[in-house]
Amino acid sequence: MNVLTPKTRAEIERQRDRYPQARSAVLPSLWAVQHQLGYLSPEGMTEVAELLRLTPSEVQAVASFYSMYFDRPGGRHHVLVCVNVSCALRGAEEIVSHLEGRLGCPSGGTTADGAFTWEHTVECLGACGGAPAMQVDHHFQENLTPERVDAILDGVRDAPAAEGPAGRPHRSGGSAAQRAS
Amino acid sequence: MAEYKLLTKDFGMDGIQTLAVYERIGGYEGLRKALRSMTPDDLVAEVKTSGIRGRGGAGFPTGMKWSFLPKAVHPRYLCVNADESEPGCFKDRALIDENPHQLIEGALIAAYAIQAPIAFIYIRGEYHDQRLLLERCVEEARTAGYIGRGILGSDFSCDIIVHGGAGAYICGEETALIDSLEGFRGQPRLKPPFPAVKGLYGKPTVVNNVETLSNLPHIVLRGGAWFASVGAEKSTGTRLFCCSGHINRPGVYEMELGTPIRELLEDECRGIWKGRSLKAFQPGGGSMQVLLPEHLDLPLEMDAVQRAGSALGAGAMVFMDETTCMVDVSMRLVDFYQHESCGKCAPCREGTYFESELMHRLEAGILTPAELATLTDICDNMNGKCFCPLGDTATWFVMSAYQAFREEFEEHCGAGGCPVKRRHAAMAVA
Repeated sequence: MNVLTPKTRAEIERQRDRYPQARSAVLPSLWAVQHQLGYLSPEGMTEVAELLRLTPSEVQAVASFYSMYFDRPGGRHHVLVCVNVSCALRGAEEIVSHLEGRLGCPSGGTTADGAFTWEHTVECLGACGGAPAMQVDHHFQENLTPERVDAILDGVRDAPAAEGPAGRPHRSGGSAAQRAS
Repeated sequence: MAEYKLLTKDFGMDGIQTLAVYERIGGYEGLRKALRSMTPDDLVAEVKTSGIRGRGGAGFPTGMKWSFLPKAVHPRYLCVNADESEPGCFKDRALIDENPHQLIEGALIAAYAIQAPIAFIYIRGEYHDQRLLLERCVEEARTAGYIGRGILGSDFSCDIIVHGGAGAYICGEETALIDSLEGFRGQPRLKPPFPAVKGLYGKPTVVNNVETLSNLPHIVLRGGAWFASVGAEKSTGTRLFCCSGHINRPGVYEMELGTPIRELLEDECRGIWKGRSLKAFQPGGGSMQVLLPEHLDLPLEMDAVQRAGSALGAGAMVFMDETTCMVDVSMRLVDFYQHESCGKCAPCREGTYFESELMHRLEAGILTPAELATLTDICDNMNGKCFCPLGDTATWFVMSAYQAFREEFEEHCGAGGCPVKRRHAAMAVA
């Protein structure tokens, strides 16, 4: 039985037909699966493989390479905080400790009410001019202060999951502060 | 001297993201001129005359890159590298956010020059809103006849496909980008063959950076010779510098090449914040070597910065004030490369782990001097010995910082914590 909806399958077929070679549609297809399920389930990846005429292991091998695909379900909203140099120079670790306290779970975790999955990343988000910065459901939030973080989280907490994120990261580097201690 | 606004002159204009406004300010006239009055060879020659060098980091002359395509081998492809992920770099995001049609027009001009029937815009996964914006703009341009069959009544046809990545710095390396675009794990390929000969789907391929392409409408309209008259002799035109860190006014500033770095810092960034002084800066993003206050009078010119032992790279300037711990900064950068190492070659895959482990113990103040001495050895076994530049560059900042701030590194050994942070915390209390 299919786990993907007709809409998701149609999107994957549309992607497949856009490229000179169908395999190029793997990444966009995985995005379509994650948008529907919130993460990449084995069944979802098998359906992608069928639609693109690949083997499930070929699709899984691609999926596991990229840090933005999730391998398990997570909260309704996803918060990604940058701790690379430009953000660290302007207080990223303060934002990280604030989130940890506020959300009550370590990086990579999901809040008890299922509203948020959050993590910090050494991957520079490209928002250094507005450091410290984070992304909430893929949208940039810059010039953060603990108060601004609270206002942003309050603004989305009760909203339904946006089309796109959710899920839990399958790999995350520890925060510099955490790992040093 | 203030900013020299060429690519950024229409930033902030109301509605610039729409075709109507872009056309009203002369948008797509460069493409029109190229298609009506220039052959592809003319265009390649014009771009060679401009002297423009790639803005993605390596600084290779764009016209020369185009001319490496083998004659009469088709199809050819253009890949637009919008995978901007260099630590400290956010100019391509600005170019997309603030003038998306300028990039699309530039991509179409490049596609015409190399006779590519498809241009792929590979944009990093984190730039989700920027991808949606580009997709909308591509559809707008298609409806208006700038994309598709027989563009503007010419016999040139070209489609543009916007392709989103999914979180991998390495995909900014051109062969890894191609691997990823073909639907594989994004790992670099052995060169040669270079993409110009055997690239996407095994066909001749050109990979150009967003900023490089955004220059093309201006080069076509005002001429290569005019462009070459702007900037410095071997660094022509302007560049967008992404300024971040301990400065009063972070942001993207477009500067004529050749301008002293000091002017960028003092006039545009408004100096170091909180009345403090500059300790060090990185002129080209996370990959490049550290420079010191004594280097502020260097011109923003690729070769001059290289002679000083660093590089302008992708145009990211990260400024650090006197309170910054260079071990902490090095540790974060090393962590970044460890996280982003693709795993293809052992020196990078293993080396970045050794580096990261060592730097964390150093910053925590629990490393011994003998262990610190192995840092040079680890880096020697990586630099120049990795499959692609990622592994090499994972050593450049940390080694240059170790050299320039050796006492600070040594002071961390056995200190039971970060002595620099401890010192500044004590000063703040006093």
